Amino acid sequence: MRDATVQMPLVRPARLPDAPGRLRGGWLVCCSCVMLLSQALVADGREVAAEVLAAQQHRVEVVSKISAATVAVFAGEQGGGSGVIVSPDGYALTNFHVVQPAGLAMRCGLNNGQVYDAILVGLDPTGDVAVIKLVGRDDFPYARLADSDAVRVGDACYTVGNPFLLASNLQPSVSLGIVSGTHRYQFPAGTILEYTDCLQVDAAINPGNSGGPLFDAAGDVIGVNGRASFEKRGRVNVGVGYAISSNQLRNFMGSLRSGLLVDHATLGATVATGADGKVYVSDILESSDAYRRGLRYDDEIVSLAGRPVRTVNALKNVLGILPAGWRVPLVFRREGRVEEITVRLAPVHAAAELAEIAAGRRQSGPPQRPGEGPAEEESPVVPKLPEPVRDLYETKTGFSNYHFSRLQRDRVTAALRASVGDENLRGVWEIDGTLEDGRPFRIELSDVLATIDLPTGTSRLDPREALDKSPVPPGSGGMLVALVVWRKLLLDGPETVGRTDAVGTAPVSPDLLPVKAETSLADLLRTDVGGVSAETFVAMDGGPTAGRVVGVDLWASPQADPCEVRFERDPAEASRPAWMPTVIEVHSGSTRFGRFSIRSFQVRPADSDATSTEEPAS
Amino acid sequence: MRTHTRSGESQCRLRTRQDWCVRLCVAAVLFAGVAGGETASASEAVIELAARTVVKIYGAGGFRGLESYQTGFLVSAEGHVMTAMSTVLDSGEIDCVLDDGRRYEASLLGIDPRREMALLKLDGEGLPFAPLDGGRLASRTAAAEADERTGEQNPPAAAGPLPHGDLAPPATRVYALSNLFGVAVGDERVSVQQGVVAAVVPLAARRGAYEAPYAGDVYLLDFTVNNPGSAGGLLVDVKGQPLGMLGKELRSSAAGIWLNYAIPLPEVAASFHALLTGESTEMEATAESFPFDTRLLGFLLVPDILEKTPPFVEAVIEATPAATAGLREDDLVVAVGSRSVTSCAAVAAELSRIDDGDAVRISVIRDGQIVDVNLGPRPPMRLPVAEEPVLGEGR
Repeated sequence: MRDATVQMPLVRPARLPDAPGRLRGGWLVCCSCVMLLSQALVADGREVAAEVLAAQQHRVEVVSKISAATVAVFAGEQGGGSGVIVSPDGYALTNFHVVQPAGLAMRCGLNNGQVYDAILVGLDPTGDVAVIKLVGRDDFPYARLADSDAVRVGDACYTVGNPFLLASNLQPSVSLGIVSGTHRYQFPAGTILEYTDCLQVDAAINPGNSGGPLFDAAGDVIGVNGRASFEKRGRVNVGVGYAISSNQLRNFMGSLRSGLLVDHATLGATVATGADGKVYVSDILESSDAYRRGLRYDDEIVSLAGRPVRTVNALKNVLGILPAGWRVPLVFRREGRVEEITVRLAPVHAAAELAEIAAGRRQSGPPQRPGEGPAEEESPVVPKLPEPVRDLYETKTGFSNYHFSRLQRDRVTAALRASVGDENLRGVWEIDGTLEDGRPFRIELSDVLATIDLPTGTSRLDPREALDKSPVPPGSGGMLVALVVWRKLLLDGPETVGRTDAVGTAPVSPDLLPVKAETSLADLLRTDVGGVSAETFVAMDGGPTAGRVVGVDLWASPQADPCEVRFERDPAEASRPAWMPTVIEVHSGSTRFGRFSIRSFQVRPADSDATSTEEPAS
Repeated sequence: MRTHTRSGESQCRLRTRQDWCVRLCVAAVLFAGVAGGETASASEAVIELAARTVVKIYGAGGFRGLESYQTGFLVSAEGHVMTAMSTVLDSGEIDCVLDDGRRYEASLLGIDPRREMALLKLDGEGLPFAPLDGGRLASRTAAAEADERTGEQNPPAAAGPLPHGDLAPPATRVYALSNLFGVAVGDERVSVQQGVVAAVVPLAARRGAYEAPYAGDVYLLDFTVNNPGSAGGLLVDVKGQPLGMLGKELRSSAAGIWLNYAIPLPEVAASFHALLTGESTEMEATAESFPFDTRLLGFLLVPDILEKTPPFVEAVIEATPAATAGLREDDLVVAVGSRSVTSCAAVAAELSRIDDGDAVRISVIRDGQIVDVNLGPRPPMRLPVAEEPVLGEGR
């Protein structure tokens, strides 16, 4: 079993295998079906049921649609693979192991006979996913990502792609089969190329299909094909292929489109199956968030991120589809008592380690041919790129292509600004309301002073000073600092507050897991300001609250638990502007610091600010 | 699809000369129906019913390309499991994991070396099972019944007279369920593949190409079902009729081609009943009834004339594995592998229990010392030409 499953290799273009296995060339099958049907009609004079003909017609239409969105990826001498376009402006999904040898730029063929230049956008070496962007059109044919959790064993599916690099005429091969298994786990090669929660199909996946789409019967993408089980029969399909699920892809899509070098997640704990078949913590790092939240050795894991955990594989499946940094609910049982905690997932790799893997300098994956790998990335000089994509690349640590992070940051910033409108917000923000127990609170935020009056005491800080010195009020992890950063972002815009990067998407609340709709994710901006680091959640396009800041996670120091501030809005509230929250909820670590219901929210013009002695330039 | 049909045609003796075109048409038409989604819920129901009867089996192995896992399926509500006879079962502890994740330790009730099947028993009751009497899986689906009423899409009717009694005809659409590559663990469902019966042919026609003791009819399938771990899996038609057991991996020594096949259900039933009643299927008895001819390894034992003739080597044939390995005349064989032997019959019986291609190691006493002799891979058994009809029950 250890060696039974291997990544699809890149196919060398020079040699086409003689393919003794089952190559269900879909076009071939379709053609022969049509041919045979007509023969049957002629030979036997038998009627073919109308619904059969309709089903056949439907399939021909689906195949036509899905073929148009499928990409043949050419990685030069190193071979190539497949991909699928998922947006009209040319963002496409493929495998990490397909684009790795190509480096930054590749050529992509569509079935209209055209070849387009493409540039690397985001990389996920652990999950074997890459996002590239084709250039030259804004009306590319594209496919929709479906909900892969709705897929059932036995459902019809199509694999489409470029097996054995047959698509020399740019026409993809189509293979029809069924879903053989769902929620499969396939061991990684080293620490990367792990296939978790993947789909298993008997439609043909051969070398060269890597990165290509798996479609459902309706022609929506349910996965990206990437590996298959081989053992004794040579490297050809034996009816056992695996595809990365579309739900995993949806979880990572925001990070990948932000040009990130994406990492996967770990609990900081290992688990093992007990004698009773249940899953127990077999080891746990004391530095892990799970430990700090109370998980201990020998606790039984009941569920993670809203999915039941009955096997070790099930836990790996849930973990493997979630990006590092997300917060997830974890339910465990200890001595018969069930507890629920929220755990922030840690990255699997050190950042430098991941960068080396991505550049092919670290051999964590399947054996590569020696001497391969984009040697030009050794130097900080941007490698020579083809003209159409030359301006679409920017290098930066932690990113596979910082250019796209910049694009996302500018988009989110514009949305954030639009949510505030032209209103003059500079001045003292006076927020009054009550805590859950009915006692009052008052918050004042200005350019020069921030205060919070709580029944337990008053805290204040100067927003012009270093912010990491005063994570007040005590026990909140820095709620007042988070509010100061929030105000600065809304007033000045992220780019003038401090260094700000788009770092993908995340659910604003762990309760939204598993992610069912893209609008339950928020865009994430990370800002370094005054010695602290803040991650701002901005509601996605398409939702009713697009562009609104819905949360801020603030790290006063990298080691301490962050302060998690969430801004809620009562949909019935109509008197105040849309950006103003009606409730602020604050957590830190295992503590729910408070829920602040806002009764009144005033912006007092700056000139009447009595405490103001000097007005900082804005 | 067609490639395999043709290869099937060229390699095996077809018993009928039906129009392949018509059969493929039937397959194509039926296939179109499912892919169009009209019977999606029916197929889901059939797969669900079938999968509940399939058992993931774990035992010996896990090294040198020998898998430690395979497949079986429940054939009684009390926990009888039919599976393939293999080295996986050479373990003191055979674990069976049901579809819902329940784990049982199974006992080996007996093996059927001629069909290469084995009967396991786990301690259960009220379990879902695949009936061996020709019935469908537990509950009939409405869609299947509807199909029956119309009769239009029933493959047997469309494909003409049945060549093989109650064996399913070519063009029957089928699912294969198995623990291939050990990919499913715990309560994860076994893998399901879909394809078509390409032909019904006697495996005996392949003697010399595919070595297997079984010599009866098999379903040749148009998809790769006989993967590592698949052996013992369930073949079921798309309406929920169990059709047979997926066989062990077989590869033509001449052409290097792997066979995709399943042994029909009547054979499984016959084997089950024989094993259940203990009809000469005890492990020792079965092995002894198909003794291994030591000449295939290059040596002769002394004539077996006593009840327990001491297994002295009578002669070593030149240029054979035995000669190369240094076996000598007058060596006394005391063990085959790790099992001690005290008679010529026991040596032949033990050798017959080693799988084709597995290493044969014997221990002999020579000049008062125990010497280990490695005879290399065991050659295939030569079986007596198929005596009739153990295989014919149920037809």
